[in-house]
Amino acid sequence: MLRIPCPFCGVRDEVEFRYRGDATRSRPGAAEEAAAFAAYVYVRANPLGWHLEWWLHVGGCRRLLKVERHTLSHEIRWVGAPGEQPPPPEKAQAS
Amino acid sequence: MMPPPMPPPSRSSAPAIRPDRTSSGRYSLWRLLREGLAGQRGWSRVWAKAPPRARYRVVIVGGGGHGLATAFYLATEHGITDVAVLERGPLGLGNVARNTTIIRSNYFQPANVRFYEFSLKLWEHLEHTLNFNAMVSQRGTLNLFHTEAQRDLFTRRANLMRLEGVDAEALSRAQVKEVVPLVDLDNGRYPVLGGFLQPRGGTVRHDAVAWGYARGASEAGVDVVEHCAVTGLRRDGQRVTGVETTRGFIAADVVCLAVAGYSSELARLAGIELPIETHVLQAFVTEGLKPVLDVVLTYGAGHFYINQSDKGGLVFGGAIDGYNTYGQRGTLPMVEEVTAAAVTLLPALARVKVLRQWGGVMDMTMDGSPIISATPLEGLVLNGGWCYGGFKAIPAGGFTTAHLIAHGTPHPVAAHLDLGRFAAGRTVDERGVGPFPWLH
Repeated sequence: MLRIPCPFCGVRDEVEFRYRGDATRSRPGAAEEAAAFAAYVYVRANPLGWHLEWWLHVGGCRRLLKVERHTLSHEIRWVGAPGEQPPPPEKAQAS
Repeated sequence: MMPPPMPPPSRSSAPAIRPDRTSSGRYSLWRLLREGLAGQRGWSRVWAKAPPRARYRVVIVGGGGHGLATAFYLATEHGITDVAVLERGPLGLGNVARNTTIIRSNYFQPANVRFYEFSLKLWEHLEHTLNFNAMVSQRGTLNLFHTEAQRDLFTRRANLMRLEGVDAEALSRAQVKEVVPLVDLDNGRYPVLGGFLQPRGGTVRHDAVAWGYARGASEAGVDVVEHCAVTGLRRDGQRVTGVETTRGFIAADVVCLAVAGYSSELARLAGIELPIETHVLQAFVTEGLKPVLDVVLTYGAGHFYINQSDKGGLVFGGAIDGYNTYGQRGTLPMVEEVTAAAVTLLPALARVKVLRQWGGVMDMTMDGSPIISATPLEGLVLNGGWCYGGFKAIPAGGFTTAHLIAHGTPHPVAAHLDLGRFAAGRTVDERGVGPFPWLH
């Protein structure tokens, strides 16, 4: 069971949230080639390690959150609003 | 005295007979009787524990069902025996031993029906092919439906299957009750309206599949190398030249990745990103019971499937946990969902104890269909992206991957499973939910 610290509601169980996938993919510009759009839609880094992802707090504030979670230990080390970015890895490890 | 000159290396010649190679002989009733009278002393190791050589024509990464089956069919169908299968741990402890052992071909997309039907036909002859008892049991796969819309969908699916020459039968409520007396037809939430049976579906002893293919491949001359993890892929420009392993560098003309769950991590070593996410799928087994369920039963109002093993335990599973993970364990919300589905459909199981629960990590592709394909790197072949369907596809996956390696062109029943289909807009969307693998 994940416990996700929502910055708006506090720590909540994963059952209140809906997973929305990889948060590192950004939509290519309209001038880009079709291959860039295919990569944006289909290709994923899928790392064994830290993963930046979207979670929608459907059972709470209904806001979209950006979560940095480890895909093996499931540890969550950062949660933020959509526009925010997690601190660089060195800083996160030191804290 | 001068040593005799070494013969020139040949790409296609079989390696010489080596002292570490043993033969387990042919298994038969006569052999069983003879060994019984001779104190069971004549049995030998089922596959040779081969140390890796410095070069092979084909190196297969992953000693699971698909890797071993690919090696077996390369040796027996195409005469290519200069092959090594590298497994990072002991053989057959990955997904081939973590599934719920179900085989069936009741898919929706005609191309997938043809592929899984090809697999089912290979399962039907597997024990003769391998001379190994894999306990293939065609007990039937019964899918239940709970709404009128679902009846239409299942009828359409059954008709599509019959057009492909695959068996499918519609069952009424009364017939469902006759086949599975435990079912609560009038359960409060999702009453059962009927079912759709594939009589040739069933189960197979999954460990025996790994052992049988390993034995067959090993006897045909393939090196099955355990405890040999791949740590890097060596390349020369756009061509793969071999693999770095924990037991040294191994050169190869062709490297095949058959590591579903870890395909993204291995492909990254070659600088390739895949349309795959890794998710965990859980399975459960209860204490042993008297025979209560003689088909594979699936629930249509959720994701739940169950069958009874020959030992008596009920083996069941549900959907993936729903977010990227490489953790082979699974989490509690899905345990609750699966057990809720179990007692809704089969209330008599409410007091049955679950003995064990485990998880396996799946390659979930963006369209819900597997990938058997060449890659942008010449000489690198990918067998992966199995989603929920890896175990039942083992014979066809191995057969068609071996064909791709031997001929350089895809086998006709797997031609639609190429990696290029995503960019080209030819996805084989089995569930019709778009590129969201946690929904497949």
